[in-house]
Amino acid sequence: MSQLQEVSVDQYRHLVSERALTGETMLLNMGPQHPSTHGVLRLLLELDGETVISCIPDVGFLHTGVEKNMEAKTYQKAEVMTDRLDYMNTMGNNLAYVMAVEKLVDLDVPVRAQALRVILSELQRIASHLVWLGTSGLDLAAMSMFLYCFREREQILDIFELVSGQRMMTTYIRPGGVWRDVPVEFEKAVRDFIKIFPRRIDEYETLLTNNPLFLDRMLGIGKLDAATALSHSVTGPMLRASGVNWDLRKARPYMGYEQYDFNVPVHTEGDTYARYLVRVQELRESLKIVEQALNKLPLGPVRSDNRKFVPPPRSEIGTSMEALIHHFKLWTEGFPAPKASIYSAVESPRGELGVFLEGDGGPKPYRVHMRTPSFDNLSPLSKMVKGHLVADLVAILASTDIVLGDIDR
Amino acid sequence: MEAKLEPIVKALQAKFGGSFEEFRGEVHYFVQPAQIVEALTLLRDQHQFELLSAQTAVDYWPQTSPRFHVIYQLSSLAQNITFQLRVPVNGDSPTVPTAAGVFDSANWRERELLDMFGIQFEGHPDPRRILMPEDSDGHPLRKDYPLGYEEPQFTFNFEDIDLRKPYAKE
Repeated sequence: MSQLQEVSVDQYRHLVSERALTGETMLLNMGPQHPSTHGVLRLLLELDGETVISCIPDVGFLHTGVEKNMEAKTYQKAEVMTDRLDYMNTMGNNLAYVMAVEKLVDLDVPVRAQALRVILSELQRIASHLVWLGTSGLDLAAMSMFLYCFREREQILDIFELVSGQRMMTTYIRPGGVWRDVPVEFEKAVRDFIKIFPRRIDEYETLLTNNPLFLDRMLGIGKLDAATALSHSVTGPMLRASGVNWDLRKARPYMGYEQYDFNVPVHTEGDTYARYLVRVQELRESLKIVEQALNKLPLGPVRSDNRKFVPPPRSEIGTSMEALIHHFKLWTEGFPAPKASIYSAVESPRGELGVFLEGDGGPKPYRVHMRTPSFDNLSPLSKMVKGHLVADLVAILASTDIVLGDIDR
Repeated sequence: MEAKLEPIVKALQAKFGGSFEEFRGEVHYFVQPAQIVEALTLLRDQHQFELLSAQTAVDYWPQTSPRFHVIYQLSSLAQNITFQLRVPVNGDSPTVPTAAGVFDSANWRERELLDMFGIQFEGHPDPRRILMPEDSDGHPLRKDYPLGYEEPQFTFNFEDIDLRKPYAKE
């Protein structure tokens, strides 16, 4: 079928400088088991003393073949695989995949379901940024940040547990709507969070934003200019920290994002501190969206009534023969999608999360490709760290906010 | 077709010929492998497509000519549009010129395509596998690569299970 690839040191030779071969500089392996690589990322560093000469990221330790596996499942069942990609952004991954399916089969979503999707994916964005803030604080020796951020994140995960029964692997957003309507306690839980959270962001900012030790570690470190960022397809907060105002929620609004009033924080410095500022300001903007969406959360159905794609409610199955047939057909065979391909993208906490979906007329996707933002956001790392110290590398890597499940798929 | 996309399709047709298809407002334009670098450069420099959003491939096995489509999903921030280029590639020795000189992100994307589909990118600066181990065999996302799975056991007859199930024997 194909040839076995020979492995030898020679294939790395062009990636390091001549000085590494003479032993003048040192080659150091960082990771894959290292707390500040945020997962199983291996970095091959070439060091001159403490200075990084070159950095070769080695990814793939978490490769699980999700794209291949999805080809063997129906459109509904393949959705559970998307949770496991970027495990910090499960709702957002569900949303990206489900929107692609809906675009492929041309399925409408009720307004209440759209508003719920917005609330939950914005809460997820906050949760994801909190994990980033906590762990990057930890990398820079701000231990208490980690504890504070995880305290608030836990509150969001409790909301997810309330609506979906799961803290992390939610699969709550389904083709044609959401799994089921939110319980009555949902509104109070979200309002409680909206009430306390602005004060908590102030607390984080008091600890970090003007902290001289923090500024020393972040200012001017790991600069990435806009042209390099675009050429590397960097998206999300990293691109906005380099001065490019590009947010898919504003540029191509989906799920009714055009009704909400929010700003897109943009900074021009392109360094680690700018990325910090963009994400912290996004916490406030996301909270604004959650509050507006909750205030005008419309009443009505949460799933499309197109029975060819969306299973009927449980109560109907006992009384309607047709509902029983639809239920049976949908869960045994699945629904067919046209023989065509689409690309649909959403703004995940890390950037453009795109789904390329190709159908073949049957109930299983012929090809799914997840365009995951972490993969491209990591690719300019070697350019960003050149000439910095190893300790700065840790700060730069933290500021890219990568999730290895998202890179390796 | 969206009005903003019409001049782009016209410009591509004038330069490369080729056909396009439309689905749900998306335009997929077909170009030959030899033309892809020129087409990407044209779109980036003349039509403000600054971002190579995604690069992927589809395997149409057992069809062999073309067997693969290499897909370039481009985004224009200035005009707020997307455009897709598709390159049909034959199955016997799939080779496409590299786009790493046009977009830096193509470097890793093409390593992924080499790894997953075995498509060679001519002139690629660093043609190594990226996700699979370097000594692994085959290209998993090809349609003729079997999806491995463990057979569920419907019996407690352990002799029967031992016969069929590949345990690590001590």
